[in-house]
Amino acid sequence: MLELDTCCKSYRTGAFGSGELLAVHDVSFAVSPGEVVSLIGESGSGKSTIGKMILRLMQTTRGSITFDGLDISTLNGRKLKEYYADVQGVFQDPFSSYNPIFKASHVFTMLRNEYFAGLSSSEWNAKLEKSLEAVSLNPGDVLNKYPHQLSGGQLQRMLIARALLLEIRLLVADEIISMLDASTRIDVLNLLGDLKARGLGILFITHDLSLGNYISERTMILRRGTIVEMGATEKVFGNPLHPYTKMLIASVPHLHKKWDQVEREVGASDVLEHVLREETTDESADGNGAALSLEQVEQDHFVAK
Amino acid sequence: MSLRVDDLTVYYQSLRGDVKAVDGATFQIADGEIMGLAGESGCGKSTLGKSLIRFDARMRHVSGSVELDGKKLPIWDDSKMNAFRFKEVSIIPQYALSALNPTRRIGTMAMELLRSRNIEPDTVLPEFKRRLKLVGLDQDVLDRFPIELSGGMKQRVVMVLSSLLDPSLLIADEVTSALDVSTQRAVSELLVEFRDRGFVKSMIVITHDLSVLYQIADTILIMYAGKLAEKAPAETVVNSPRHPYTKLLLSSLPEVGVRYADKRLSGIPGRPPPLIDPPTGCRFKTRCPLAFARCDEEPPFASLEPGHTAACWKAEKAEAA
Repeated sequence: MLELDTCCKSYRTGAFGSGELLAVHDVSFAVSPGEVVSLIGESGSGKSTIGKMILRLMQTTRGSITFDGLDISTLNGRKLKEYYADVQGVFQDPFSSYNPIFKASHVFTMLRNEYFAGLSSSEWNAKLEKSLEAVSLNPGDVLNKYPHQLSGGQLQRMLIARALLLEIRLLVADEIISMLDASTRIDVLNLLGDLKARGLGILFITHDLSLGNYISERTMILRRGTIVEMGATEKVFGNPLHPYTKMLIASVPHLHKKWDQVEREVGASDVLEHVLREETTDESADGNGAALSLEQVEQDHFVAK
Repeated sequence: MSLRVDDLTVYYQSLRGDVKAVDGATFQIADGEIMGLAGESGCGKSTLGKSLIRFDARMRHVSGSVELDGKKLPIWDDSKMNAFRFKEVSIIPQYALSALNPTRRIGTMAMELLRSRNIEPDTVLPEFKRRLKLVGLDQDVLDRFPIELSGGMKQRVVMVLSSLLDPSLLIADEVTSALDVSTQRAVSELLVEFRDRGFVKSMIVITHDLSVLYQIADTILIMYAGKLAEKAPAETVVNSPRHPYTKLLLSSLPEVGVRYADKRLSGIPGRPPPLIDPPTGCRFKTRCPLAFARCDEEPPFASLEPGHTAACWKAEKAEAA
């Protein structure tokens, strides 16, 4: 459904834009219907940049992004509007996605004016109720409230409901759980799982490996703009091969295992050493190096050389 | 006992009334103990941490006392506390990444800080440099501006600076939350090392992330809606918790290895109560699956076995069953 082919994004840096920072370097992957693909990376790895390029909030520098075979960079006007009826994004901070002056349901009103102008009020309300129910919200609880009167989890679910109204086929979920409390984050995560079962493709962007592991079929590990390891989630987590993936997995705090034990299990190198080394090496120099080529090690499991 | 907190109650003043952020907190921390303080946002964990070192303008000390190494801390008296701050009690603030003055070089800022506390910088400078080296920072960070450092580096500078005078108690408020997983692990392990080397005697590590606490803390204290819910050794809290809130909180955490397809986790229905007007009795009763008539009475934060306390009427029952 969605396909990225050797996508690159470079930012101008320095006082007069003289420098160039390659934030995303030759990234290729695909998302199919009914599949959750997680994109895991640390800060500065370019994971959000990829999300923004898919949502056309940013232009790609090189490479192509196609949706159903259609190159999205060529879309404009009516075609672009149709694209947004298929692809929507939800972002990290639910509070900044709403205009605090208006009631929270304003996001639905705007959508109605744009896409469902021909619908009668009763039809619209039925549709709205159905999509709120799909994200397990009670319409009476949320529709007439201002954003500050609702919890982060409720606001985040309303944004997903908004995307569902359009009957989208791909959701770009950029760190949508990170700001939520432990007791509510799992509900939003389960919701993504339910939507997946209904055929929605989800690109789940996160820095939290345990969340990505919980929900996704396929996982990509991103480091400094390039994918270092990708494949079926159980293979990437069960048999990590790239040193960076090993190090990440050894750093995740587990609830029933101590760090040292995990480190021995996956055979990772010393984490503190890695952190110190990262700080001393120049990021831009490394990022502009040759792209890593992915090599297939087993079925549905690729590692960068 | 290094720290003894007795019935500490701290409210925030607001136009609509008092916000009961910390209500009747009683606990002890032993020498060399790293106590993790966990809970959801708004449960009062940061307020509890802050109240041990400095009240902000809206905070009001209602009752209770705090004793550190046998001396009473005058926590309600801003100027009297100055004798203890930094020397006896120190804090790594929640926004440590922005705690550094952007217009000063790290070294200049540190020297100004020391002078403002009437400490001759030269007497501690060699130790400062030694400890920076220990956390993997070169001496030349002293000549750099905060903007030139990464988040993890800044966090480590603040850590070293906060604990420079070997305080008896160090409060680390969400120190790893804004960091990447690899940096998070490095910083957490350094906290333990600081304790092991005796730079700080005991520590309160405040975070919402229970799995980090399991890695580094000796004991974990769980708070819910301004009340203490459960305190026990880390191993016990994670493997055999007794308070229903702790149990539900733990069961809602996705772990590496747990997959949606195999095992669907569930959250805790409902929301924490507003702290302006919390329900009487147990504050968790509205969300608690075990709630019964007696929960309208407030459960005491009672000892179940040595080192394990919980505030729940049903906690003792579980032992009999």
